Amino acid sequence: MTRPAIEAEGLVKHFGDTVAVDGVSFVVPEGTVLGLLGPNGAGKTTTVRMMTTLTRPTSGTARVAGHDILDDPAAVRRSMGLTGQAATVDELLTGRENLRLIGQLYGLDAGYITRASAELLERFSLAEAGDRIAKTYSGGMRRRLDLAVSLIATPPVLFLDEPTTGLDPRSRVELWEVLRELVKDGTTLLLTTQYLEEADQLADNIVVIDRGTVIAEGTPLQLKDRSGAAALVVTVSHADDLAAAEALMRPHVREVHLDAGARQLTAPAEGLGHMTRVAGIFDESGIVLDDIGLKRPSLDDVFLHLTGHRAEDGAEDDQTAGQPAGEVTR
Amino acid sequence: MSTIERPEIRTTGLLTQSWAIARRNFRHIRRMPEMLLDVTIQPVMFVLLFAYVFGSSIDVATPAGYRAFLLAGIMAQTVAFASFIVAVGLTADLDKGIVDRMRSLPINPAAVLVGRSISSLAHASIGLVVMSLTGLVIGWRIHTNVFEAALGYLLLLGWGFAMIWVGIWVGSAMRSVEAVNGVMFATMFPITFLANTFAPTDRMPTVLRFIAEWNPISSLTQAVRELWGNDQPLAEGAAFPMHHPIPFTIGWIILITAVVAPLAIRTFRSRTAG
Repeated sequence: MTRPAIEAEGLVKHFGDTVAVDGVSFVVPEGTVLGLLGPNGAGKTTTVRMMTTLTRPTSGTARVAGHDILDDPAAVRRSMGLTGQAATVDELLTGRENLRLIGQLYGLDAGYITRASAELLERFSLAEAGDRIAKTYSGGMRRRLDLAVSLIATPPVLFLDEPTTGLDPRSRVELWEVLRELVKDGTTLLLTTQYLEEADQLADNIVVIDRGTVIAEGTPLQLKDRSGAAALVVTVSHADDLAAAEALMRPHVREVHLDAGARQLTAPAEGLGHMTRVAGIFDESGIVLDDIGLKRPSLDDVFLHLTGHRAEDGAEDDQTAGQPAGEVTR
Repeated sequence: MSTIERPEIRTTGLLTQSWAIARRNFRHIRRMPEMLLDVTIQPVMFVLLFAYVFGSSIDVATPAGYRAFLLAGIMAQTVAFASFIVAVGLTADLDKGIVDRMRSLPINPAAVLVGRSISSLAHASIGLVVMSLTGLVIGWRIHTNVFEAALGYLLLLGWGFAMIWVGIWVGSAMRSVEAVNGVMFATMFPITFLANTFAPTDRMPTVLRFIAEWNPISSLTQAVRELWGNDQPLAEGAAFPMHHPIPFTIGWIILITAVVAPLAIRTFRSRTAG
């Protein structure tokens, strides 16, 4: 179970003078999901392109399903599937034809391709659309087809580069469901994302990269713990009660922060018992609350804490993967 | 962890892989027949336009008249545009990430180019058939034997092969289909017109005539005309290639391929693996 399916060892990629990836290492145990998290331009795509043999690392190497990307790229390609950033389905072919083409290129048996295509179309809710050309598909359908195509040879390792970028929330959740099933079946997944929620939802482990280097790694929980304690958040029903609520709460907490717009009081959390006590006080006081609860830092907060900037504002396109010179200073 | 069926991945040859990709390109044509306009309506229109609109004022000494003279020229031009077909298709595939997807598969990376070349050459061949038929309708005939007739077509296809490398080169270098269109129109049109394709060269101004007669397209056109018996007596002072168009055409095909193919492969590699 814990044999590594993917190992990256000091991957470095230079484009001219630009250092896109600067020594990235990590290990993905078999049957787990690694979220490669970082803003645009962090070097995620370049890292994936190196591991999938599309581009040669300047130095360092990686192993996929035990095969070295430099020594045996052909074996690597036989062991993995890649779903790129853009949904790279052939728009003029039908869903089924897309599957058949890639199956043929894998050298799969024709009978197997027919069977597997039908199963995949069914599994990805594309059975009815299977004989329509992909041009007529919605964004979510294209993504699903793209993923289905990557799975035609049932590769043990799957690389997904921003699989849900540009999808509406519903399609995103549907795709997550499909990915979870794949993992349940034993597939190892590496997915890059700039959506922290996505990494949180899917990944067993997260590697945060920024400006080409790994700046943090761990489980989603570990990462959240790293960026500070949880908060106790009280939301009052009537804005008029805010001042009274603050006065009521102050003796029981170390400090309290007031947000009039959100009708919220925030204080450092001191455990569940503490929260229950505070809730009891409000209950007796007659101040009506909308909500009281503990708020763990989101991965967004983690990201801000780690990088000093929000996930959304990175350098431009990850494809070019370089940062403008001015961006390098923190 | 449940176990799932992992199918056998067989190692296939370059030809099998290329053929799968070429078949996919043919399917594109079937889905979008308008892709064939460039080798059907367009050259037919050119044939008719030149044969009937300009032709009446172009005086040639071919026994069969201007229409017979014209056909080899139009065919040479159409085959030269094979480069266009390759470049547009390749750029679109690169742009949409299709090439990357194929390169991530356990196939020979060259299959993408070979498949594209096969389909483009077939695409251009459709043009040769359409124009031959159009030619027959308007009075063009081959006056030589089967062997020479076939050699004429073979030279045209050989030329198309060389042009495919030009197409791969341009297609790999350009970032969008629009850029390909711009570059190809700006270069291929003057190159295919500044030649003996549509009008005899002997009445061109000296410098222009020199350029036109040394233009590789002119060698091809002249060779095909000779092989089909559509040529006119060489005008006085015709440049050297016009006297030996067949060896010149073969030489050009070899030279262009030898020079451009390595460039094309290098540009394609750095575009895809960079």
